[in-house]
Amino acid sequence: MAEFTLPKNSKVQQGKHYPAKGAKTPRTFRIYRWTPDDGQNPRIDTYEVDLAACGPMVLDALLKIKNEIDPTLTLRRSCREGICGSCAMNIDGTNTLACTKAIEDCGSGEVKIYPLPHMPVVKDLVPDLTHFYAQYASIKPWLRTQSPAPDRERLQSPEDRKKLDGLYECILCACCSTSCPSYWWNGDKYLGPAILLQAYRWIVDSRDEDTGTRLDDLEDPFKLYRCHTIMNCARTCPKGLNPAKAIAEIKKLIVERRAA
Amino acid sequence: MSANAKDLSKDLRNPIKRARGLGSAQSGVGHWWTQRVTAVALVALGLWLVVTALGLLHADYATAKATVARPWNALLLIAFVVAAFWHAVLGLQVVIEDYVHTRWKEVVLLVLIKFLAVLGALASVLAVLRIALGA
Repeated sequence: MAEFTLPKNSKVQQGKHYPAKGAKTPRTFRIYRWTPDDGQNPRIDTYEVDLAACGPMVLDALLKIKNEIDPTLTLRRSCREGICGSCAMNIDGTNTLACTKAIEDCGSGEVKIYPLPHMPVVKDLVPDLTHFYAQYASIKPWLRTQSPAPDRERLQSPEDRKKLDGLYECILCACCSTSCPSYWWNGDKYLGPAILLQAYRWIVDSRDEDTGTRLDDLEDPFKLYRCHTIMNCARTCPKGLNPAKAIAEIKKLIVERRAA
Repeated sequence: MSANAKDLSKDLRNPIKRARGLGSAQSGVGHWWTQRVTAVALVALGLWLVVTALGLLHADYATAKATVARPWNALLLIAFVVAAFWHAVLGLQVVIEDYVHTRWKEVVLLVLIKFLAVLGALASVLAVLRIALGA
């Protein structure tokens, strides 16, 4: 059966508390901590951060904690402008990018920060995305053609280029896939919203000539049809994209090529 | 991820081997399309059934039996039960595939619900036919 409760060694415990002494505008962050080295259960550490001396984004607070309070806090980050997807995590109950999520948008009270849901954890806020990336590789996400390579670039009409809008912006941060219950229960086989949106990005590309094979590879009860239009993907996407719509378009194309 | 997740550290295969798995089953569209077609059919047949049943609110047994026995009513009633069992088994199949991850239990359940659905549909059709044909 699908697992609905955490195994004993994953039960989260109360961790340490780091108060901010003499802070003018303190804000409390409760952060998931787990390290593979000490054999302990995961814990929630509580950090108070003085917002008067902190940047506006959740990533600013995390880096302030790492630099000034607790250097053992482990997280991924790179571009700090929402284009690399490294700092994807679960903030205030929703998967998003720490660098584009403002602290003041986190509701009132404590800001809770967890790693992306239902993924193996490497350490603290760092999930293991190996399988996610392997699934991306499995759809062969590059231009596949039969025609000989032209002497110049392959041309595309402005109308055909428009079809890639809402798809090419995906940064593969995995927020959508790890928000999807179907991906939680069947992520070993189900490709998940991010990878299916990427697959559709190549299916609609007017320059790609392997559309039929791409649809063949997706037509599978688990790879594609585990999508039950739950729509968590569209709600959580930090780039405002709609993977559920891309998946629906793939299903429509697979129906289109057969007799009704 | 499901049961496989805990063994990953001991798995020496390349991640792409696991991601590609057994490849595409090249099926699934039939299930998806049939579920939608039967859903549309059930909207129309369900409306008809409700209207017909409301018409029988204060009728006695003989009137109800005569109504079911009328050819169009018997035909539509059979269409309704077949569509309903068909749609139900397609939906149950998805639930089992989603949540039952022990392969032998999954297969047993999938076969079992199909047997039960066919039996249920045949029994319902037989019941309607007995009334319609006056057996």
